[in-house]
Amino acid sequence: MDYDKLGLKMGLEIHQQLNSEHKLFCPCKTELVDDDYSELVQRKLRPTQSELGEIDRAALQESLRGLNFKYENFEKHTCLVENDDEPPHSLNEEALDICITIACLMNMHIVDEFHTMRKQVIDGSNTGGFQRTGMVATDGYLDTPYGRVVIESLGLEEDAARRIETKNGFTEFRLDRLGIPLAEITTDPSMHDPAQVHEVAYMLGQILRSTNVKRGLGTIRQDLNISIAEGARVEIKGVQDLDLMSEIVEREVQRQLVLIDIKKELINRNAEVLEEIHDLDELFEDTESKILKSAETIKAVVLKGYNGLIGREVQPGRRFGTEIASYAKKRGVSGIFHSDELPAYGITQDEVDKVSEFLNIGEDDAFIIVAHDEDIAVSALEEVKRRANLGLEGVVEETRKALDDGNTEYMRPLPTANRMYLETDIPLFKITSDRIEPIANNLPELPDVKQERIIKEYSLSGDLATQLVKRQEADMFEAVLADVDVDATPVASLLAYDLREIKREGYDINVLTIDHLKGIFTLLSEGKIAKDSVRKLAVETIKAPDMKISEIAEKNNLTMLSESDVAEIIAGIVQNNESMVKERQMGAMGPLMGMCMKELKGKADGGMVNKIVREEIQKLI
Amino acid sequence: MTYKENAKKYIENYNLGIGDKIKVNKEDISYTGILLDRPEDADDGYLVLKLSSGYNIGIAIEDTTAELLEKGEKPKIGFGETEIPTDPSKQNISIVSTGGTVSSVIDYRTGAVHPAFTASDLVKANPELLDYANYNVKALYNILSEDMKPEYWVKAAEEIANDISNGADGVVIAHGTDTMHYTSAALSFMLKTPVPIIITGAQRSSDRPSSDANINLIDSVIAAKSDIAEVCVCMHGSLNDEYTYLHNGTKVRKMHTSRRDTFRSINAQPIAKIQNKKVSINPDYSYTKRGVNELELNTAIEEKVGFIKSFPGISKDFIEYHIDKGYKGLVIEGTGLGHVPNELIDSFKRATDENIPIVMTSQCLYGRVNMNVYSTGRNIIDAGVISALDMTPETAYVKLCWALGQSDSREEVNEIMQTNIAGEFGEKSSIKDFLN
Repeated sequence: MDYDKLGLKMGLEIHQQLNSEHKLFCPCKTELVDDDYSELVQRKLRPTQSELGEIDRAALQESLRGLNFKYENFEKHTCLVENDDEPPHSLNEEALDICITIACLMNMHIVDEFHTMRKQVIDGSNTGGFQRTGMVATDGYLDTPYGRVVIESLGLEEDAARRIETKNGFTEFRLDRLGIPLAEITTDPSMHDPAQVHEVAYMLGQILRSTNVKRGLGTIRQDLNISIAEGARVEIKGVQDLDLMSEIVEREVQRQLVLIDIKKELINRNAEVLEEIHDLDELFEDTESKILKSAETIKAVVLKGYNGLIGREVQPGRRFGTEIASYAKKRGVSGIFHSDELPAYGITQDEVDKVSEFLNIGEDDAFIIVAHDEDIAVSALEEVKRRANLGLEGVVEETRKALDDGNTEYMRPLPTANRMYLETDIPLFKITSDRIEPIANNLPELPDVKQERIIKEYSLSGDLATQLVKRQEADMFEAVLADVDVDATPVASLLAYDLREIKREGYDINVLTIDHLKGIFTLLSEGKIAKDSVRKLAVETIKAPDMKISEIAEKNNLTMLSESDVAEIIAGIVQNNESMVKERQMGAMGPLMGMCMKELKGKADGGMVNKIVREEIQKLI
Repeated sequence: MTYKENAKKYIENYNLGIGDKIKVNKEDISYTGILLDRPEDADDGYLVLKLSSGYNIGIAIEDTTAELLEKGEKPKIGFGETEIPTDPSKQNISIVSTGGTVSSVIDYRTGAVHPAFTASDLVKANPELLDYANYNVKALYNILSEDMKPEYWVKAAEEIANDISNGADGVVIAHGTDTMHYTSAALSFMLKTPVPIIITGAQRSSDRPSSDANINLIDSVIAAKSDIAEVCVCMHGSLNDEYTYLHNGTKVRKMHTSRRDTFRSINAQPIAKIQNKKVSINPDYSYTKRGVNELELNTAIEEKVGFIKSFPGISKDFIEYHIDKGYKGLVIEGTGLGHVPNELIDSFKRATDENIPIVMTSQCLYGRVNMNVYSTGRNIIDAGVISALDMTPETAYVKLCWALGQSDSREEVNEIMQTNIAGEFGEKSSIKDFLN
């Protein structure tokens, strides 16, 4: 596809959890919980008037679903703030500072005063019915191999509650994630090439990872804004896999092209969605279709001029009918039947003919059937009519969900600006230069830059350097080497590999301070311990963090002997085995080395032992 | 407009108004958005701009220039006036709004939640109310609950009596929660009512989707249509949006600063539980049925009543001051069974001598005052102090205000205080009535 010709435009929106100690507006930890909940609270939400005096269309749509919610509270991990039973506490300044760092790294302009806003979200994922969010910075940029990308805005907001399940009309959420600070980064929609989007997402990820952000699955979420010239802006939520990006783009462009084509054809045919909702109960009185038989009522609408178009594929495996169905589903039906796919689902050709006759269907016309309770069927068919009508406009502005195969599915209308109003429970927060300057003057190095520098500066292997940076141990590594004149490799390998193993063995590696590490590597640099003893000494230090490192080494028999002591011990061993030496000559080297190392392991350098054993043997032969 | 000094001058200088689309230029960046008003308590020197993304930001005006892009209208809060339809088959319920969280919206003047809705706004914001009744709605006044005064109780009682004589089948009063239990007690003493009088409010402001206002309000209307012709408080019964409790107006108290289920019956059980639009009345509670009482209004009240909490280290000056200042009565929140330091007892005697009744309540809140157990208590009785029995301190205070409105005589006031007028005290302390 020629994206330039189609006028493809894309923008990215990235949500990254910050690794602050506390949540954005309460003192709870920013950790997820897998325990059983201690309280389950039931709530309802309803849309309200927003700041500009209009009820928002996205909020209204959600409310019509009439869902009820349950919230899992945890005595130790959540508090009344997450439960919307206590006003928010003050803004978490640690989280704000992380955002200021990110803003500086992206050349952004930080606002003079941060205003916390309420963004209405009444799908239940926020107990208050709104997400707290604020603008930290605007108008930055990032230079990429494809040219400069404008970073439009950086927001600081609360993460939403985790959706656990929906059953019996209640959607259950876990409150552990609600309130974890999120940085929201939005680029302008100026990208034209999927590969560029991939590159920008990667670069943003690198920048974020140089700051104090959360790592791991679910801690970063990417959304894609996309449109083509004749289409409309669509926001695709939850693009987990960056490698899927170009597939998603391609399929969305395809979808928009088909929808534009359908629009043209509909206009050609003078198509029209008829208002009336018809009752088909009598026609299907003796139907063999299980779905229809079990429904309380069967209703239909007529789409004049839509014949054949509802079955048109918009994405692989998804038809225009699927798009219409996804709107209807929001009103509680599990699907629709459209004339392009019938007969099917136990509905016979004979029944189709009867319906066509009853509805007075012409050659170009189509119909859509819904089977459900009276209220839901009518409400779903209203949505069917609405979406079918929007077919005449081509592509609809909407929020869609990324599916695993690269397709997308309708979620809700695009949010509008009047979803936002001031969070009056939190005072305005001034961001002065006194706050920004120390941060701006002390920015973290970006990971790839840091990695390159460490390889050069310390002659480390690429692998060790990568691991150090990835595990955020590079600063510790450099701090040790700044004070201790020691070979870099054992330091890096303790920090990059051994510590992880030690943690897995159940030790609390956070006990190890920079001073402990310096102590351990000072002993190594002075030849007082062997390289092999570093890991063991680290473990013993975790067990007794208040003791002096040299005493720990001593107590655990990790201290090296002096060369003369070593020579004395070796001489004794060799002399005790004099007959073997005489018999096997230099062939005794192997067994003798074994005996000596058993005695001297961790107390003498292997190379030195080897040299002395050789000398002692030579003395005897 | 609440911009002050520098920012105000700046705005006037550029001829800008709230709601205008403007552009503010700084040295290296410019912002375009709608100029909003600034909370009154926020610092001078900043403009508030709503960006097209919907975000508000504050911009320091120093070293900036501004331009007007487009004149705009100030964003309006609230609904326009419309007719509320009536259905002769439905009961007529009066809704009286007094302000508070149940009827509040965001206020740009202070940047805080502020009472602003009228009662008719309430019906429009909660259209499902129309399924249950016809409404006569009135915004009596619009004040925060903490600004309540005894004179407002009188106004409310008069308004309610007026509505009832004009045929209301029930009355709902929207009230701020902080002093709701004072008002409910006051109305309990001032009104004998043939119909339910239900006071309700919200702990989460009604501008937010999670507000408890909607459920509290609808359940209050259900209660107002019921057979319980008493003054009651109707509020959330738990943290769930599931049911509400109807509390006796003299036995109820706000017990938590922020939770939805903050209102609890003290030394009593709720009168009824309302769930799925159904009222289930507590079988142990004998209530006054609809139509049994004739409407009677008695708003005579003495406002000069003091309310003092005893504490270790309190001096008799607290009592002497009130006597010197001409207070007509005093309610003491004593410790435990109803005690104060011995030092205060002489001052109590002086009050009694000067015909000033003193009523003893307990800061324990739960349980009954009994001054016979310890010698201090007996000395306090000897000094002429009246026991509030198991009344809440707030109810005792309101009742003393009302009793002093009925009589100047200390003996007669004593008599009134010991007479159960609106279910304000019980004879028996039940094992169930604690921390529930």
